Amino acid sequence: MAVAAVETRTTYKLDQSWLVRLFDYKPFLIAICLFPAAALLLVFLSYPLGLGIWLSFTDTRIGRPGYFIGLENFESLLSDKVFITSVWNTLLYTSVATIGKFGLGLWLALLLNNNLPFKSLLRAIILIPWIVPTVLSAIAFWWIYDPQFSIISYVLVDVLGWRDTYIDFLGQPWPARFSLIAANIWRGIPFVAISLLAGLQTISPSLYEAAMLDGANAWQRFKHVTFPMLMPILAVVLTFSVLFTFTDFQLVYAITRGGPVNSTHLMATLAFQRGIPGGQLGEGAAIAVAMIPFLVMATLFSYFGLARRKWQQGEDND
Amino acid sequence: MTDQTLSQRPHLTDKESTGVIDWSSGPRRFIVLYLPLSLFVLVLLFPFYWMAITAIKPNAELLDFKNHNPFWVTSPTLDNIKKLLFQTDYPQWLWTTMMVAAVATALSLFASVLAAYAIQRLKFKGSNYVGLAIYLAYLVPPSILFIPMATLIFQLGLFDSPMALILTYPTFLIPFCTWLLIGYFKSIPYELEECAMIDGATRLQTLWQITLPLAMPGLISAGIFAFTLSWNEFIYALAFIQSAEKKTVPVAVLTQLVEGDVYHWGSLMAGALLGSIPVAILYSFFVDYYVASLTGAVKE
Repeated sequence: MAVAAVETRTTYKLDQSWLVRLFDYKPFLIAICLFPAAALLLVFLSYPLGLGIWLSFTDTRIGRPGYFIGLENFESLLSDKVFITSVWNTLLYTSVATIGKFGLGLWLALLLNNNLPFKSLLRAIILIPWIVPTVLSAIAFWWIYDPQFSIISYVLVDVLGWRDTYIDFLGQPWPARFSLIAANIWRGIPFVAISLLAGLQTISPSLYEAAMLDGANAWQRFKHVTFPMLMPILAVVLTFSVLFTFTDFQLVYAITRGGPVNSTHLMATLAFQRGIPGGQLGEGAAIAVAMIPFLVMATLFSYFGLARRKWQQGEDND
Repeated sequence: MTDQTLSQRPHLTDKESTGVIDWSSGPRRFIVLYLPLSLFVLVLLFPFYWMAITAIKPNAELLDFKNHNPFWVTSPTLDNIKKLLFQTDYPQWLWTTMMVAAVATALSLFASVLAAYAIQRLKFKGSNYVGLAIYLAYLVPPSILFIPMATLIFQLGLFDSPMALILTYPTFLIPFCTWLLIGYFKSIPYELEECAMIDGATRLQTLWQITLPLAMPGLISAGIFAFTLSWNEFIYALAFIQSAEKKTVPVAVLTQLVEGDVYHWGSLMAGALLGSIPVAILYSFFVDYYVASLTGAVKE
């Protein structure tokens, strides 16, 4: 009986044309399936990554092939005040914005994790800032930060009377930096909150029940149940958030373009300014390449630093 | 039994006994829950309200806070929007953006479905490493790629052409979509495919007729998410496109609508608003898919 079934199947296979059999040949099929993705990623991702590192060691300009000049680009950058400022700005921007996003995002996630009316509608509304193109919401912030017609200044001066003068948000270096950070936090909160909410919803209620039976108060439940259980997802969200904040370009380019007097440049905007409108491709590439060590460090730190705890926790619980 | 247990713990409210955190009720709940929540919603939505109200304000009201309450508009006008649609290339920018986003999404989905199928279903030696490589590709930010990519685009003769964007957007779309689809394929029982293959279907037929229909929610999630990401993309479109009429909406609003030192805030806001509406509409239809793809990408 079994033999007969196998025989019919074999003859059926033999009937198929060579083309069909070729596409059922596993190694060939794997190659075919991986080809489109691999080709696109190799040509437009891996190759530019390598090319960028090569360019950073040359003096290429737009329209002129460059020559290998060793570390000269990096040496001149180290004595370049604008570049040093941009590195500090990037570090400040990333750290303050990440703390703000995660503090507020976690708070919002905890609020949303309650029994609320219209919960899914609320969740949908909260994600809007993250869906809308960054540049377009940045333009709204640009208008909110206008020196003469800022709505924030209007409220503080004319409605509440807390200040006498309108705030010059973008005209001075420090206010400008913090205005950019505030806009970045505004945009980042929804992503953090919704991802962490997804993590919160996977925590079994019985754990809270057990903690409550043991007499844990709200803060203790958060510290000993919510936070450790949230750690795996927190690690991933943190990695992504740090990575994208560190390499942010759109917000700064749209709101200040690095001004006033180059004081709010991030590394990415400085690389653009030097590389594309400035035409110094080699120098721009060097600035971009200078971001890589920071990125690798930040990724390794947030991933391993937090993921290690994750499996320690996992061993205890599972 | 359960009822009895509950009645033995009278100090717990209904909700506490189900384990949901509950900050008691009444005024306390209002202060610790509804007040901060409404503040969050207010702050998160205010820029959009401000954008919309500015877009329909006549100039007299826009620049005079003393005589007009800036939070409201007394004589709304559509002039800014009309000017945008009929005196600028705005419709052209919208069309370009939509076309580029749609083609880049389709291309990325095609490549990602095949790649995810190969990695998750056609398990081969090193398939895990290919998966990891694709995940790492997602971590490479456009900010460090655009300069070498600009030289590459120039060498290929694609500078100032929509093809430049269609071919470069997949660098961040494919890793994301592949990663998401691997997760979806994992959730589909392999036995279904085995059945089809025992019935004589080839592997590609199985993919097309069994796996893909079952992975439809994943495909939709990946697709609309990729579309939104391409719509929002900025740095490549800024670096690779020069002619005013070929720009995408985010770039064009920022570079074409700002003339010198005079900012036409009304039309700038109208441009920003109109450019956000298509993604907002798409979003409102597929909220759950968005949330699924966002959290799916994070959980994997």
